[in-house]
Amino acid sequence: MRYSGLRVIKEALTGHKGWTPAWRDPEPQPHYDYVIIGGGGHGLATAYYLAKEFGQKKIAVLEKGWIGGGNVGRNTTIIRSNYMLDGNIPFYEFSLKLWEGLEQDFNYNAMVSQRGVLNLVHTDAQRDAFIRRGNAMMLNGADAEFLTTRQIKERYPYINTSNARFPIKGGLAQHRGGTVRHDAVAWGYARGADSRGVDIIQNCEVTGFRRENGKVVGVETSRGYIGAGKVGCAVAGSSSRLMSKVDMRLPMESHVLQAFVSEGLKPVMPGVVTFGAGHFYCSQSDKGGLVFGGDIDGYNTYAQRGNLPVVEDVCEGGMAIFPAFGRARLLRMWGGVMDMSMDGSPIIDRTHIDGLYFNGGWCYGGFKATPASGFCFAHLLAKDTPHPAAKAYRFDRFEKGLVIDEKGVGAQPNLH
Amino acid sequence: MIINHPLLGPRDASEFTYIGDASLIDRPDWQAETAAKDFYEYQYLRDNPAGLHQELWFHESGDRSWLVVTRNTLTHEITDVQLARDVARARGRSK
Repeated sequence: MRYSGLRVIKEALTGHKGWTPAWRDPEPQPHYDYVIIGGGGHGLATAYYLAKEFGQKKIAVLEKGWIGGGNVGRNTTIIRSNYMLDGNIPFYEFSLKLWEGLEQDFNYNAMVSQRGVLNLVHTDAQRDAFIRRGNAMMLNGADAEFLTTRQIKERYPYINTSNARFPIKGGLAQHRGGTVRHDAVAWGYARGADSRGVDIIQNCEVTGFRRENGKVVGVETSRGYIGAGKVGCAVAGSSSRLMSKVDMRLPMESHVLQAFVSEGLKPVMPGVVTFGAGHFYCSQSDKGGLVFGGDIDGYNTYAQRGNLPVVEDVCEGGMAIFPAFGRARLLRMWGGVMDMSMDGSPIIDRTHIDGLYFNGGWCYGGFKATPASGFCFAHLLAKDTPHPAAKAYRFDRFEKGLVIDEKGVGAQPNLH
Repeated sequence: MIINHPLLGPRDASEFTYIGDASLIDRPDWQAETAAKDFYEYQYLRDNPAGLHQELWFHESGDRSWLVVTRNTLTHEITDVQLARDVARARGRSK
């Protein structure tokens, strides 16, 4: 069923009796050409593009819980491509371009809203660094504009520019950045994949891999053995756990990132503001809640919850630049498990085992990457060669000294 | 989280900084034939277990000692805390 405005009107006039489930609930088949492990944004997008762009058939997505129940359902919904390094910026710009056409592409309202992302600067050195970043972005076809304090004040009149420690001296804006309705991304990709014949199998946990002659030929699951021509793993925070089943040690640690939503307010935040120096960023959802977050807690964890010192730190950061928000009450907070890689950049690559492919290490930036991650992983699975935009995301870059360390902090995941 | 410091008693985790897996105590031999591979694995690869994890915490806002903390990464429960110095000496290191 195609969704459209006309359809909504027709259903409204006929009692909404014509809607059908957005995807099927199939029984697993004994064998698929492609098995994607992980029914999150990246896994579902991979299946969608495998079927749609690369014309592949017999694809399954295996999800241990329900689809979209991991990080795609628990993030702060921001999209942007304000990266600087060669390995990153073409990839994230590719992703932003896919976001721009996504809703028409998969015929689902994902509420893509290009309301702009603003990164604040506080010193001359930081201004230089951000202008350099903006230049790198423009060289790669992304948009960037440096805003003065006065321009920022026009958009955010209540922002505190005279904080003693971090006075605001301007900011780098990417006007094409913004927010997306995160759950709808998972649902839209799921519906698009399902309608092209992809089997989305929920409550199906992968418990092991079956290998013959050194090649992965299928997966053991809580719903029985499923044979596979190729297996792609896209399980985010659980990457190390899954890959340990084939004795792989990954260059990553799992950490928790907390996020918060306030009670609903009238429209007050026109875009996304990030206050990196104060470990705080914020936007406002269409329902009116302030959606904000800060840094990861900083220790290995698989618990989907954090600790109170970080809550205090994030809220202090918010109060420093938006004192008015102190009157808003906190409605919800939650934590997601991040696969923090050793250089802060992801991996989309073949493993050393034939038939086994890996997509992970997205740190806390996986949501904005969802479309390009799916597209590039599908390209790799279908053609066995990396997509040009993702060719730097290799496993062996650490051993070869080709790390993509956007922040320049070295091999310490809790600092990325 | 409260870390039960062997010398100072229970201290809030926010007094500490975290560096990761306690295997970082065992720096590879730089003269070994396999040194390049050993250092790659030492520097970059982690077990990253879901469950008990031995990890290094530095008491930055306290006595500046390094601790080996055994903590469950599924529940955040801390079951054992030792001075990293004692752990290293128990493995035959001089300091």
